Amino acid sequence: MNSLDKDLLIKIADLHEVPQGAYNIRKNGEGVERHSTANIEIKPKADKPGIDIIVKPGTRGESVHIPVIITAEGLEDLVYNTFYIGDHADVLIVAGCGIHNPGKTKAQHNGVHKFLLGKGAHIRYVEKHYGEGEGTGERILNPQTFLELDEEASAELEMVQIRGVDSTKRETKATVGREAHLLITEKMLTHGQQLAESEMTVELTGENAAVQIISRSVAQEKSKQTFYPRVTGFTKCRGHVQCDAIIMDQATVRAIPEITAHHADAQLIHEAAIGRIAGEQLIKLMTLGLSEKEAEETILQGFMK
Amino acid sequence: MLELKSISYLPEGEKKAEPILRDINLLLEDNHFYVITGPNGGGKSSLAKIIMGIYRPTSGKILLDGNDITDLSITERARLGIGYAFQQPPRFKGITVEKLLSLSRGNKCVGAGCNYLFEVGLCPKDYEQREVNASLSGGELKRIEIASLLSRDCRIAVFDEPEAGIDLWSFNRLTDIFEKIQQRKDVTTIIISHQERIFKLADEIILVAEGRIQGKEAQEGFLEKVINKCDCRKECQERV
Ligand SMILES: Nc1ncnc2c1ncn2[C@@H]1O[C@H](COP(=O)(O)OP(=O)(O)OP(=O)(O)O)[C@@H](O)[C@H]1O
Ligand SMILES: [Mg+2]
Repeated sequence: MNSLDKDLLIKIADLHEVPQGAYNIRKNGEGVERHSTANIEIKPKADKPGIDIIVKPGTRGESVHIPVIITAEGLEDLVYNTFYIGDHADVLIVAGCGIHNPGKTKAQHNGVHKFLLGKGAHIRYVEKHYGEGEGTGERILNPQTFLELDEEASAELEMVQIRGVDSTKRETKATVGREAHLLITEKMLTHGQQLAESEMTVELTGENAAVQIISRSVAQEKSKQTFYPRVTGFTKCRGHVQCDAIIMDQATVRAIPEITAHHADAQLIHEAAIGRIAGEQLIKLMTLGLSEKEAEETILQGFMK
Repeated sequence: MLELKSISYLPEGEKKAEPILRDINLLLEDNHFYVITGPNGGGKSSLAKIIMGIYRPTSGKILLDGNDITDLSITERARLGIGYAFQQPPRFKGITVEKLLSLSRGNKCVGAGCNYLFEVGLCPKDYEQREVNASLSGGELKRIEIASLLSRDCRIAVFDEPEAGIDLWSFNRLTDIFEKIQQRKDVTTIIISHQERIFKLADEIILVAEGRIQGKEAQEGFLEKVINKCDCRKECQERV
């Protein structure tokens, strides 16, 4: 790995050296380094590009890092990763994709992630997307994430995309079983001419299943964002969708939340708000001695934190 | 010394012929303690915002130590040491109490900010990591606002109704703080207030009504005077 690779790894996975625990590093469409542990096995898929990650039941406090970096132009990378999380296991999964596109033609990564959580299993999944490069070639990321949460399982997903990705189309689908909990936090900052679309479909199928979707986004300049969070409740369950966007310059933001209840004990709520930074907030920070620009940055930073 | 000279203010774009502030002349001496009071809608907050630079006067001048600061921005005035605690402070998603206090201290000496939380009766341990968002109660938000102005290194500090929404116990604490400030005499303090206990600290009380300064004098006898001056009250009493 060269210094550019290392730089991208720091940006997307906070990795300053070879990660602890299990990992798989993918570069320009190929696995370059892989490591399994006693409890977490990583092996390539036999039928298509990608890996299976198998976490033994009861595994606790371990982590899996699966960063992807692309440093070549004209590359269209498609990868399927499947996570089998054993009953009562509790692991941290750090994914993410960094694209450094040096050329004129597009560089694209489509990651298809599937998570199968056993009874009482818990994961925290952190995914960061980042793009850079001196070339004019587009940087495109189209992640698909599928989750199945068995009884009493819980998952926290944190998906972050801040600057640099020209086009993204994100699809997230989940089914949540009895007493299982899903928390999805999505943070996005777009600028320039960027396009971002995020579609989420969550089905609450088991009694007392719960989902919380929190989307915080900032759209600057001429970028366009669209959100479609959808939650369906089939039984006694709870769902809460919260979309919050700050719009600036000539940007466009569309938020189209949808909640559907098929049961009288399904409690579903959605809130969506789009607005500019409140003038009062800017003024308050300026009375503390910040310039208008500094005040704006402070507010955005807090909002996206 | 802060001087307001024939300040008038008519909000931009307002068709209303009546200005909010009219011909305000005011001299505020260094390290004195002033209380501004008067009826709701009289123009007290507007006057404070004129001092902070949030409102720009339609006519008139503001001088700080003889220098014209009329055209200085909010930021520039803040950097000269003017501070303002809002009557209704805004809320921020994602900004913690600790962050707000460190910003108000100019990013220095973060820890010291929490002493001020303690002074306004908030346990730093419980509040530092809370976000200044909708989850804070009105009184908590207000006390954090006061702490953030107390923590700043100001030469002119304006508190806009610090007592509003604050419980009895915290109000007692607050008056103790203002008492100390009044005794230290190292900052010009202007408190917009309706509370007698705050009046008692004032070197001078300024009465603002209908956009004008109706009086400015030492506190002795101020209350009786105000009450007797009020024509409507007299009328009411006569009618009874
Ligand atoms: N930006 C503005 N645009 C239009 N009208 C305003 C504006 N700011 C204040 N006013 C009006 O000016 C008058 C004075 O308002 P101000 O907030 O200064 O009163 P106040 O003395 O602080 O009252 P209170 O005791 O209720 O806080 C009010 O009638 C108010 O509605
Ligand atoms: Mg007021």
